[in-house]
Amino acid sequence: MTLGPWLEMWVGALLTLMILSFLYRDNPFYRFAEHLFVGVSAAYWMVEAFWTTLIPNLFGKLYPPMVAFVLPALAKNPPQISRIIPLLFGVLLLLRLVPRFAHWSRMAMALAIGFSAGTNLVRYLESDFTSQIGQSIRPLVVTQPGFSLGGTFSALVVVLGTLSGLVYFFFSREHKGAFGRVSRFGIYVLMVSFGAAFGYTVMARISLLTGRMEILGRWITHGFQFPG
Amino acid sequence: MIRVTLPVLITSVVGFLLVIAFFFRGFDRVNSDLSEYFNIIAAVAFILGGGNLLRMHLDKVQRRRPGWPYSIVTVIAFLFTLIAGLFKVGNSQGWTGPVEAQGSWFNFAYDAMFNPLQATMFSLLAFFVASASYRAFRARNVEATLLLVAALIILLGRTFVGGVLTSWLPQPLQFLSIPNLSNWIMSTVNLAGARAIIIGIGLGVISTSLKIILGIERSYLGGRES
Amino acid sequence: MSPAGGSLFDRIGRVDRRWIYVAIALAVIIPLMAKLTFPVITTPIVQNIFDKLDSLPEGSRVILTADFGPSTVPENMPMIQAVLRHALHKKLKVYLLTLWATGIPQLDLLEKNVLAADFPDRVAGTDWVNLGYKAGNQGVINSAFSDFPGAFPVDSKGHDVRTLPIMAGIKRLADFNLIVGIGSGFPGVKEWIQFGGDPAHVPVAAGVTAVEAPLLYPYYPRQLLGLMGGLQGAAEYEAALVKRYPEYQSRSEEAIKRMGPQTVAHLVIIAFIVLGNIAFFAGGEFKGRKRA
Repeated sequence: MTLGPWLEMWVGALLTLMILSFLYRDNPFYRFAEHLFVGVSAAYWMVEAFWTTLIPNLFGKLYPPMVAFVLPALAKNPPQISRIIPLLFGVLLLLRLVPRFAHWSRMAMALAIGFSAGTNLVRYLESDFTSQIGQSIRPLVVTQPGFSLGGTFSALVVVLGTLSGLVYFFFSREHKGAFGRVSRFGIYVLMVSFGAAFGYTVMARISLLTGRMEILGRWITHGFQFPG
Repeated sequence: MIRVTLPVLITSVVGFLLVIAFFFRGFDRVNSDLSEYFNIIAAVAFILGGGNLLRMHLDKVQRRRPGWPYSIVTVIAFLFTLIAGLFKVGNSQGWTGPVEAQGSWFNFAYDAMFNPLQATMFSLLAFFVASASYRAFRARNVEATLLLVAALIILLGRTFVGGVLTSWLPQPLQFLSIPNLSNWIMSTVNLAGARAIIIGIGLGVISTSLKIILGIERSYLGGRES
Repeated sequence: MSPAGGSLFDRIGRVDRRWIYVAIALAVIIPLMAKLTFPVITTPIVQNIFDKLDSLPEGSRVILTADFGPSTVPENMPMIQAVLRHALHKKLKVYLLTLWATGIPQLDLLEKNVLAADFPDRVAGTDWVNLGYKAGNQGVINSAFSDFPGAFPVDSKGHDVRTLPIMAGIKRLADFNLIVGIGSGFPGVKEWIQFGGDPAHVPVAAGVTAVEAPLLYPYYPRQLLGLMGGLQGAAEYEAALVKRYPEYQSRSEEAIKRMGPQTVAHLVIIAFIVLGNIAFFAGGEFKGRKRA
C-alpha cells in the first residue's frame, strides 16, 4: 500500500473511533469529529455543485469560451444568452447573505417554489393519486391465469386497508359509530405497516454497522503494515 | 412590490407555465428551460448554504459563544476542502481533470474525512435502534402488539432463520411459513397502509401546490407578508 | 413506580444501554470474523428486475443511477454492482449518473471495481458513459425528460456528450428502455418514478435501502417493475445473478456474505424485544400500572 491510501486509512479509522466514542458518552473527541464533518461536507457539496452544474450548465452555455480552460470540449459551442436569467436569479439568491439586500433573494426563491409547485401538482396527481387508486381496485377479483381465492382475498385486504387508512386520516369528522369502527381498522392496518417499517429499519441500520465493522477490520489487519 | 407582489407573480407564472407544459407538448422548451433554471438556482443554494455556515461559525468564534473552539475546527475544515476543491489542488490532471481525481487534496478530504465520518454517524443508529428495541418497544395495547408482531415476523422473515423455523409445515400450510407471511404482510397490509399514507400526502401536496400557484399560500416568503 | 433495586425483572429492564451496545457490536463482529453465510432465495419482486434486464435485447439503453452516499454504501453498492455486471454481460448500453453529489465517488468506484476490473474491453463513450452529477434533484429529471443532452452536456471526463457514439439518437428520457434507480432517500427512486418513469412511460426498477423500501411497495408492480429492499434485496439479486451466470460468483457475493452478521443481529434484536417485554410484564412497572 502506498503512503496516500495508508494515511487515508489511518485518518478514517481514527475519525471512526472518535464518532463511536459517543456510545460511551459525549466527549471532546466526538465533538471534534462532528464539527470536522460539518465543515468538510458543506464545502464538498459547494465544490461539486460548482464544478458539475454551474460551470457546464450555466457558464459553459452562457459564454462557452469562458470555461475553455476547464471544458475545452464546450468552447466552440454557440452562446445561449437566455442563461442570463438563471445567472441573475443566482446572484439575487446570494444577496441573502447581505442583510440590507436580503429581500431580493425572494425572487429566486419564488422561481424555485413556483417550479416545485407547478411540477409537483401534476406529478403527484398522476403518480401518487390516480395511479394509486387504479392499482388498488384493479384487479379486485383475481382471474388471471385462473380464479385465485388467495389473490382475491389479498386484493380485498389492500382495498379495504387503503380505504380504512384514508378514513383514519379524515379529521374533519368525528371518529364515532360506523365511521369510528372503520377508522379503528385503519389504525390496525397502519400499525402493521409501521411494524414492517420498523423491521426494515432495523435491517438497514445493522447493514450500515456491518459495513463499518468491515472497514475497521481492514484497518486492524492492514493498517499496521507501514507503506514500503 | 419587490417584497411581496413580484415574488408571488413569479411563482404563479412559473407554476402555471409548468402545469400547461404537462398538457401541451409545444411547451416542452419552456419545461426544460425552467427546469434548467431551477437546477442552477439549486446549485447556487449550496453556495449560499456554505456561505451562511461560514458566517455563522465565524460569528460564534468572534463573540466567544459556548463551543466556539469547535467552530474553529469547522471553519478550518470548510476552508481546506473549499480551497482544495475550487482550485483543484494536487490534481494530477490539472484544471481539465475531475475535481475528485485520485491523489488530489479534495479526494483526500472525501476519502479520509467525509466518507468515514458520514458512514460512522449513520452506523451509530444500529446501536440506538437496538437500545430502543430493548427499552421502549412494549406490547402495552392492541396497536403496539400488532406493531410488535409484524416487526418480529418481518425481522425473522428477511433472514434464513425464518424459513428454517417453519420448514416443518406441510405443503398446504406453507403459506403460513414465516418468509411467506413476511412477503404477504409487505405486499398486502403494508402496501395498504403505505398507499393510504402516499395518497394522503399526495392530496396535501396537490392542494398546497395549488394554493401556492394561486398566491393564497405565501409562507415561503417569510416575515410578516406571509 | 417500582422500588429502588426492584425485582430481577425490573433490574433486567433497566440494564445500562452500553451493555446493549456491546451485545449488538459482538453480534456483528463475531459472524464477520467467522465468515458466517446462509443460502439466499430470490423473491419474485427482485426476480422481476433480473428477468427484465435479462430479456432486454443487446444494445438496449439503460439508465443506472447511484443516488446514494457513503452512509448507505453497504446496502446500495452490492446492488448497483450486481446490476451493472448483469447489464454489461448482456451487452446493454449503460448510462451512469447520479442526483447526489456524494454519488460521484460511487460512480468512480463502479468504474474501478466493475468496468475496469471485469469488462476492460468495453469502451467508454460507446458501450457505457458516466454522466456524473447534476444539482437540482427532481429538476434534473424534469429537464432530462424533454432534453436529455441539455441536462447532461458533458460526461464526467468533460467530453461533449453530442460527440459520444452512445448518445446518438438520444433526445429525451423516453428514448431509454429502462431506468434502474439505486437510491437511499431524496432525490431518488420516488422522483424517478414521478418525474421520469410515469410521464415518459419508461419502466423503472429500484434498489433502495431497507428504510425506504416499505414506502415504495404501493408503486409495485405497475409503476415499479421490481424492488430490491436493503441488504436482503441486494443478496437476492446477487443470488439470481450467480445462479444464472456462475462466472460472477467470486465477484458478486458481497451482500450474501453480509447476510450472516445480519441474521445474527436480527436474532439478537428479537431477543432484546422479547426480553424487554418479559421484564415489562413480569416486573413492577406493569403491575403498578394494572393496580392503578
